[in-house]
Amino acid sequence: MTVLATPDKTGSGFPLGFDTILDPSPLQYLDEHGALSGVLRDDAPELAPDRLLATWRAMVVGRRFDVQATTMVRQGRLAVYPSSYGQEACEIGAMLALRPTDWFFPTYRDCVSMVTRGIDPVEALTLLRGDWHCGYDPQRWRTAPQCTPLATQAPHAAGLAHAARLAGDDTVALAFCGDGGTSEGDFHEALNFAAVYQAPAIFFVQNNQYAISVPLAKQTHAAALAHKAVGYGMAGVRVDGNDVIAVQHVVGEAAARARAGGGPTLIEAVTYRMQAHTNADDASRYRNDSEVEYWKPRDPLARLEAYLKACGLLTDAVVAEADQAAEALADDLRTRLGEEPEVDHRDLFRHVYARPTPQLLEQAAGLQAELDAAELDAEAGR
Amino acid sequence: MTATLDAAGRAAQNTEISLAQAVNRALRDAMTADEKVVVFGEDVGVLGGVFRVTDGLTRDFGEQRCFDTPLAEAGIMGTAIGMAMYGYRPVVEMQFDAFSYPAFEQIASHLAKMRNRTRGALPLPVVVRVPYGGGIGGVEHHSDSSEGYFVATPGLHVVTPATVSDAYTMLRAAIESDDPVIFMEPKRLYWSKDVLSTTGPEIGRAAIRRQGTDATLIAYGPTVSTALETAEAARAEGYDLEVVDLRSIVPFDDETVCASVRKTGRAVVIHEAAGFGGTGAEIAARVSERCFHWLEAPVRRVTGFDIPYPPPKLERHHLPSVDRILDAVASLQWEDR
Repeated sequence: MTVLATPDKTGSGFPLGFDTILDPSPLQYLDEHGALSGVLRDDAPELAPDRLLATWRAMVVGRRFDVQATTMVRQGRLAVYPSSYGQEACEIGAMLALRPTDWFFPTYRDCVSMVTRGIDPVEALTLLRGDWHCGYDPQRWRTAPQCTPLATQAPHAAGLAHAARLAGDDTVALAFCGDGGTSEGDFHEALNFAAVYQAPAIFFVQNNQYAISVPLAKQTHAAALAHKAVGYGMAGVRVDGNDVIAVQHVVGEAAARARAGGGPTLIEAVTYRMQAHTNADDASRYRNDSEVEYWKPRDPLARLEAYLKACGLLTDAVVAEADQAAEALADDLRTRLGEEPEVDHRDLFRHVYARPTPQLLEQAAGLQAELDAAELDAEAGR
Repeated sequence: MTATLDAAGRAAQNTEISLAQAVNRALRDAMTADEKVVVFGEDVGVLGGVFRVTDGLTRDFGEQRCFDTPLAEAGIMGTAIGMAMYGYRPVVEMQFDAFSYPAFEQIASHLAKMRNRTRGALPLPVVVRVPYGGGIGGVEHHSDSSEGYFVATPGLHVVTPATVSDAYTMLRAAIESDDPVIFMEPKRLYWSKDVLSTTGPEIGRAAIRRQGTDATLIAYGPTVSTALETAEAARAEGYDLEVVDLRSIVPFDDETVCASVRKTGRAVVIHEAAGFGGTGAEIAARVSERCFHWLEAPVRRVTGFDIPYPPPKLERHHLPSVDRILDAVASLQWEDR
């Protein structure tokens, strides 16, 4: 039993079961060899063959996207790319457990989730390509712009969830953050607000063991990040973040609880950042290869593949179709990221306010005059 | 004190209300007009706020529309942003000027930038009410003039009323705005009374509070009344001073300010915040750039000193006073007279 804290139904407001609360072993349904633990009932929706195959396919495509994006940085087509290689169980499992009407609050490391939600891969990379700060329509995809200042999106999720509840909608808001983000004050305030208002929010911490170079041990003295849920009087779960079946299950449960008025949930998914923080980072300065080697066999995709093969679900045709879809996505990314993006200097001033201030109009006219003059000079060959 | 300020546009009725009551009425009317308007912050519910500005709102609109929050300003601001993303129009209260600082990251990183970040897809119609300024004998952290931090953050509107009617009309306009508005309430004017007019100039326009010919006093919020007192006192010394109430710092009304300065040829900018790097520095620079050939003297500033806000027993030395403003006026190179 690894649900760490369940709000007390007796009304004392104090979570039950301190013995289980303090057990930090993560919930796991699929072990690293791809064997089911047997805890989940055979008729659990996460184990339906169609769903398993759809999950696996999304992971294949998501990983291909990640690998391609990393390659495009080396080719100078992206300014930077923070890889989530090895974290696909979190990135994809959490998304597949949400409804399209639910809201998602990603960080800069969550492009794979955004692509899983259906956002155009090129639009998902707009921020990291550098042509604008956000490339997709957040309202259409119920996906907030990727957040860079750590955990500052968490209070937005609390507020949006509270608003949805006030409006009588069954919308849930899920915010991602990392283990480093849990040290931020905004993380604490978000969880506290969400709990006080019993907002339908899910705070999903991808504990990938590193905040750039700083390991978890220097981030917290707590045995588990999920224990923080106890302090807020909310449900808390620690889950194997490389087990996509477990991730889907706990997010699905948290969402169902939130929709039913049961308030927010803190999920800590234990995973590992296989790549450096970004291409600009040198991980060899702060961690040993042996550590990375330890995590390689715990790969979330390989694990699911082993299980699917054992079940006989992974036919040649299924594999060929997924590979084809992944390669098509990679081809498309190569082509479209290879083109120079259209940027318009007038965008600098257009959206600062609903109506530009007189000062901005003046500055926009000034820049335009400067550019026009430069163009005339160029034409005249000066 | 503001009884002399708003002669124009005065309603026929004669009942005087306080500036705090005008803010309350604006909140009330906005909540009645639009059910998406919600009010929240620390102690704004049952208590009605430490200045009683939100008095009776929870009683009359229910806890879903006006509610207390945990004591956490960043959380308040972040919650407001999330609610605005879902179609609400939150009006949040920062209990005191200096208590808004924990919310500053949310304001600077998200509130001010979300519209621009999303090319207009996620506007944030949020009003942040900030009681600010000194003169009420408040102990440390209760008297800051923090407008400069917000003014220096593109994407925010920063406005501050100096009259009862402006407190009402500008707050209504702020709540109707699709942009975030930092609504700076001069707390020492909360108890000033006047008859309420519910119509007034739009946000972004300054108002001439007193016509004059010799020099322009440029003020906003709590210093507008000080400027008007100075103009009265200056008559005895032979100066006819014009007083401009900025009302809105962002957007800034260059047109009205410059027209006044070009007319008078002299200008003094007044605010309570520290002078160095303050809003007055920007105003003096703008006026100098645009009115240089009309100026008879350098633009002067009368501001708080470049010190942390002083304790109550010393604040009278810090705040711009009639005498200090008169001294500045007298220094404006009057040799030609």
